[in-house]
Amino acid sequence: MSLIEVHNLTKNYQSGEETVEALRGVDISIEAGEFITIMGQSGSGKSTLLSVLGGLNHPSEGSVQMAGIDLYALSGEKRADFRSQKLGFVFQSFNLICYLTALENVMLPLAIAPMKKKDKIAAAQDALARVGLAAKTDRLPNQLSGGEQERVAIARAIVNRPEILFADEPTGNLDSKTSLEMMNLFRALNDDGQTVVMVTHNPENCDYADRTIHLRDGLVVSAA
Amino acid sequence: MKLHNISFNNLRRRKAKMAFLTIGLTVGIATIVTLVTLTKSMSGDIERKMDEFGANILITPQQNGLAMNYGGISLGGVNFDQKEILESDLARISTIKNNKNISAVAPKVLGGVQISGHQVLLVGVQFEKELKLKQWWKLFGEAPKADHELLLGSDAAQVLNVLTGDMVQIKGEQFKISGVLDQTGSQDDSLVFAKLGVAQRLLGKAGRINLVEVAALCSGCPIGDMVLQIAEKLPDAKVSAIQQVVEGRLKALDQFRRFSYAMAGVVVFIGSLIVFVTMMGSVNERTTEIGVFRAIGFRKSHIMRIILLEAAVVGLLAGLLGFGAGMGGARLALPIMAEGKQVALVWDSMVAFGSLGLSLGLALTASLYPALHASKMDPTEALRAL
Repeated sequence: MSLIEVHNLTKNYQSGEETVEALRGVDISIEAGEFITIMGQSGSGKSTLLSVLGGLNHPSEGSVQMAGIDLYALSGEKRADFRSQKLGFVFQSFNLICYLTALENVMLPLAIAPMKKKDKIAAAQDALARVGLAAKTDRLPNQLSGGEQERVAIARAIVNRPEILFADEPTGNLDSKTSLEMMNLFRALNDDGQTVVMVTHNPENCDYADRTIHLRDGLVVSAA
Repeated sequence: MKLHNISFNNLRRRKAKMAFLTIGLTVGIATIVTLVTLTKSMSGDIERKMDEFGANILITPQQNGLAMNYGGISLGGVNFDQKEILESDLARISTIKNNKNISAVAPKVLGGVQISGHQVLLVGVQFEKELKLKQWWKLFGEAPKADHELLLGSDAAQVLNVLTGDMVQIKGEQFKISGVLDQTGSQDDSLVFAKLGVAQRLLGKAGRINLVEVAALCSGCPIGDMVLQIAEKLPDAKVSAIQQVVEGRLKALDQFRRFSYAMAGVVVFIGSLIVFVTMMGSVNERTTEIGVFRAIGFRKSHIMRIILLEAAVVGLLAGLLGFGAGMGGARLALPIMAEGKQVALVWDSMVAFGSLGLSLGLALTASLYPALHASKMDPTEALRAL
């Protein structure tokens, strides 16, 4: 069985009198250890798909099976527990907490984990080391460059060793050199066995992925 | 890293906003502490002043009879088996359980005498105690100090046609008018006052008295209990509370308390609004942050705990600062409120714990809706990017 199985996924938004169909019967499956990029034009539904896959956005119809669990059959709070244990997120704007240091930002997902303080610190330091930022643990986000902030965001997403790492346009706010470094980092994580699902509008990023899902007007047009 | 670390870090990094919230709440709590402390301190002072302002317990001889007077018009009455109060019995009043609440015991002896051809009512009093009891008396001249001195009511002086310094004769003895009372509008205007011992001798009532007026300081003492306690000590006397006086004092104090509680209520309402608006603004500013918390798996209860813990820290801090500032304010304001008289500042542990509890409760209650609002934020809406 695939790690992620999506069947007949539909997501409608109400915009005034009008109903916008963001996803129109999407069927995809993703295996464990795959690096998937989701491509599509603006408004194609790729970010909506990522939010639904991430358990953040209830679909209008269809189901999302993840590691054998029907994600949307879970209550909101159980789904939150699932996210904290199984999923990691890297956001487009990094969304680091401005008043927490790099180490504290990375430790954030562990704030609700039943772990000892020293184990939390060790896990966060390990995650920062994996993204090459072991020397800047005490810096606040505004004391870091864009690439370094991205690295902290990735470290935060992998600190709880999630089964799936979701990334939404992670290179959207970076220059080409830093983008390259970040994509190499995602590739390296994937080479270590991390499943990665990434939304991107940059075709060059697809070269790092095992497979690219193309969306157009809420429909999958290719998933090879 | 635990949830409280997020709360404390947020408070530390958003110093200006949290300082504004703390100051707002501190001012509210300080105002309430000042009002309550002033009320408590002033209540004692006002009560004492009011108690000193006239008697509130009357002791008369036990008698089997009914008075026949109404509105100052006497039609006489029938008395039989009249008991007497001996001056020596008065010492027993000071042995009652609530003796510390007794401010003044003013015994009197009454009797008719002839002065310059006029029948007048001579009242023997202990001037020191009488003047303490009747602080509204204004004297032209001074109170009698020697045995052969008299104090006259204004009407009595007019009828007898005498002034301060004149001499009058009672039962063959010469007395000097040492002072005349300004008009009081009461029965005192038509009386002639002499020292108690002198009056007893002139009236042939040595060692006996007709009535005793008692001023009781009733800060926290039930006047009814004191009446019973005195009655037990003086079984031959009739002891009664002057209910009208007692009720009037209680009502005046009650109004003073009500006013301060109403003021405190207004301040609590404004304080709640400040906390609510600031916390709501803080939550709205932290939409993205809360979205991140939810996305990485924080439950609604975790979000509420973070917000409410921040409110609790601010509430406790404001409670402590508010109590300190409030007591300081009360200390500064008390001499002004008490018109320069020395009134002791009341330090009440209930006010200390109450201000902490109120501040904490107020901060938590006013932050409850913002915390609920934060916990219900849709992470997708909050992050927008997703």
